[in-house]
Amino acid sequence: MCNERSSSELSNDYDRRELLNVHPPDWKNPEPVDRYTMVVIGAGPAGLMTALNAAKLGAKVAIVERDRFGGACFNVGCIPSKAIIRTSRVYAEMRNADSFGAQVPTGISVDFPAVMERMRRIRARISRRVSARRLSYAGVDVYFGEGRFAAPDAVEVEGKRLRFKRALVASGARPQLPSIPGIAEAGYLTNENVFDLAECPPRLLVLGGGPLGCELAQAFCRLGSQVSIVQNDPMFLGNEERDAAQILSGALARDGIGIHLNTEAVNVRMDQNQKIVDLVSDDYKFSLTVDAILVGIGSAPNVERMNLEGAGVKYDKDAGIMTNDYLQTSNPHIYAAGDVCSEKKFPHIEAAAADLVLHNALFWGREKLSALAIPWCTYTDPEIAHVGLYVKEARTKGIPIKTFTVMMSDVDRAVTDGEDEGFVKIHVREGTDEILGATVAASHAGEMISEISLAMNAKISLSALARVNHPYPTQAQAIKMAADAYLNTLRRPTRKWLQKQWLSR
Amino acid sequence: MKEIKINLLPLSDDDLLDSLERAAFGYFLSHCNPANGLVSDRSVPGSACSIAVVGFALSSYPVAVERGWITRDAAAQRALAALRFFSNSSQSEAPDATGYKGFYYHFLEMQSGRRVWQCELSLIDTALLLAGMLTAAAYFTGNAQSEAEIRQLAETLYLRVDWQWALNGKPTLSQGWKPECGFLHYGWEGYSEASILYVLAMASPTHPIPANSFSAWTGTYQWENLYGHDFLYAGPLFVHQFSHAWIDFRRIQDAFMREKRSDYFENSRQAVHIQREYALRNPHGFRGYGENFWGLSAGDGPSHQPVSIDGRNRRFFAYTARGVPYGPDDGTIAPAAALASIAFAPEIALAAIRHFIDRYPEIVNEFRLPSGFNPTLIENGSRGWISEGYLGLDQGIVVLMIENYRSELIWKLMRQCPYIGNGLRGADFRGGWL
Repeated sequence: MCNERSSSELSNDYDRRELLNVHPPDWKNPEPVDRYTMVVIGAGPAGLMTALNAAKLGAKVAIVERDRFGGACFNVGCIPSKAIIRTSRVYAEMRNADSFGAQVPTGISVDFPAVMERMRRIRARISRRVSARRLSYAGVDVYFGEGRFAAPDAVEVEGKRLRFKRALVASGARPQLPSIPGIAEAGYLTNENVFDLAECPPRLLVLGGGPLGCELAQAFCRLGSQVSIVQNDPMFLGNEERDAAQILSGALARDGIGIHLNTEAVNVRMDQNQKIVDLVSDDYKFSLTVDAILVGIGSAPNVERMNLEGAGVKYDKDAGIMTNDYLQTSNPHIYAAGDVCSEKKFPHIEAAAADLVLHNALFWGREKLSALAIPWCTYTDPEIAHVGLYVKEARTKGIPIKTFTVMMSDVDRAVTDGEDEGFVKIHVREGTDEILGATVAASHAGEMISEISLAMNAKISLSALARVNHPYPTQAQAIKMAADAYLNTLRRPTRKWLQKQWLSR
Repeated sequence: MKEIKINLLPLSDDDLLDSLERAAFGYFLSHCNPANGLVSDRSVPGSACSIAVVGFALSSYPVAVERGWITRDAAAQRALAALRFFSNSSQSEAPDATGYKGFYYHFLEMQSGRRVWQCELSLIDTALLLAGMLTAAAYFTGNAQSEAEIRQLAETLYLRVDWQWALNGKPTLSQGWKPECGFLHYGWEGYSEASILYVLAMASPTHPIPANSFSAWTGTYQWENLYGHDFLYAGPLFVHQFSHAWIDFRRIQDAFMREKRSDYFENSRQAVHIQREYALRNPHGFRGYGENFWGLSAGDGPSHQPVSIDGRNRRFFAYTARGVPYGPDDGTIAPAAALASIAFAPEIALAAIRHFIDRYPEIVNEFRLPSGFNPTLIENGSRGWISEGYLGLDQGIVVLMIENYRSELIWKLMRQCPYIGNGLRGADFRGGWL
């Protein structure tokens, strides 16, 4: 008798285990207390963190979730995508083994169901951290159902009225739908269903060159899809520094992805089971035939069906809920955080916002979102991470800015690791060592940017970073090298002459 | 054509530069249609005209007169042929016109002068063409009827350019326009060769763009410290050269350069040093790169299938703008771009040229340098891939920058051009010869 279960059986099991955590089928909503200190709508990263930490502090808290705990990031975003990106990197390294002096394994073939099974196993494992029961054990009243404002100080869910002193709307966002003629009829994937795929599409067209589009284009390419990516802008990653976008563009091309910048999809047709996408780049018209289309053109905030108007909360259906720098909405007792109101849609930004809301809503705090240096990262290979101001942003604000650049090809550990593509750029206020921002394009940029974020939040200068010893050899030494470059600019001729005089006395 | 192989190494620096400059100028004699003054983009048969190359040709004729390579009258007739052609050419929205709104299409058919390849109405190439016209006007100041006509036509052609239209309602200038789709997607982002474009557009007495257009463009600059050098970043060498062929940027500063305590000429010098440092570090391990082997710029490339060389997978590109340090870099350098750096950093540019001649004499043919050379890609017993023929842009920038290094002729002429001075002042340049 064989004890091995098939990938599909395992996957179903992982899905069941995950569901028990994120939306237990037998859940019974509790009876509300007279008035909650805080009611949270949405159990994504911002909502979960706020509810949990508020409860830990002794507040009476309720959280309302209409679907699954964890939000888009956990269920259909960061966690599943990072899991398959990791497997895709393994395949890329196997194919590229000879550049490391290793033998390329013979007959590399991608087991796509195994890739997805691993992703589900990981998601099920992590789901314990975002489980409804965990919150309930922590003292949070957990309600499943549509949360709707019944009054400026009350939310209704499943026929129950939850009165509150303070509320937080963290209802998240959903994929923006494309308006390309024929695409709805042809069918398309978004981050909400791409992780349900049972087979790797032989030919995949990715619409949108933002973080999601670039990450998944590269991952599916490395998992065996013939991928094309279409972006209606001159570069990937929107407002990211163009050198980083250029490095990414080169990396995607090297992987074999067909890159179509400045290109717009104008029509989709079906021919038997194939999708034909008509594209226009200025006056050049052409078509691509694919098996699947993945849309990653942005997201739309979830502002509907909550009766925000009834609570006096102003919003825009495209930009989301309007807040001030303290994350307060037009109803001063109601706050908003996360994708429903933030331009930057990253879970750790939600977590930072959650801390801020907790402080401002419950303790009359005056912490500003704009005062936080929050990094973000696109998990391509190489990764692109950023914190603080961009050069263009600084120049628009009239802030004199200077960049210290270190190429990863000059970093010994990056060379030994075969990961020498990319750079570290640290921006300082011209004439000072005050760090204004940084961009890192490197294999582990997401890890490296944290050191600079720490420096910015703790007001540590670039010259102080030069005095921080880094283990040798590490890729993070690039940061110290940039700091050393700053110190070298201080050793200009006069200073050098003085030093020489001193040492030769 | 019979190849001329002469040992150039024993020549003095000035003799060597004279030989290289004269050979580069020879391109304009060999590849010009005397009937209309148009000059071909490349030396290969059937090549279309590039309007920017015509701009370089118009600027080179005064050099040739001063150096005694052609007579003043012959030079004036050549200039006049081009100016008359553009003056009489069709300006309309028709897809095969020569230009529209005073601008011209990037590539023209050599005989008819009409648009080819559905190419774009190019702002920067029009600016380079106009720079050539204004150089001719600044040089041919004699009383002869031909010289008077040159001045009159250059003035008329410059004044009729509708720079305001090219803003397309935005703060910065568009890169181009096509009758098939209107303005192109992309604008000018970051430091580039567009300085002369903005200077000419701001100085126009008829259709000037506002001063804040220049500051909107410089708002996209990146000031970087790389390899120990502070500089205004742009990857390919030609970006640091093209506007400098006409404008003497020494010791004049706009607001950006005042803030950085530098000037654009010094910036180009730093860019040359960064190119050399990059080649010394040779991050991708290409063959040949070193202290005297550098020059990543726009130019031809091998366009070869990917291949494993020295245990590394190599990809090669066709014509593209190669740059430092972010690439693209496929091991191809543009020798002419290294030579054209002579005005900024003569000591290291000359060393590079002598190294090319000494180590790879096969790339110097008839005293001319090719558009691209790649010693990493070796085929059929060669010592590297060499691009076929020559590019007019390469030869033009070589003539102008060597001449500026030797006599400052073009810089001196253009200092007298009121539009250059007015445009620079409009962009808030101060100091130096201004």
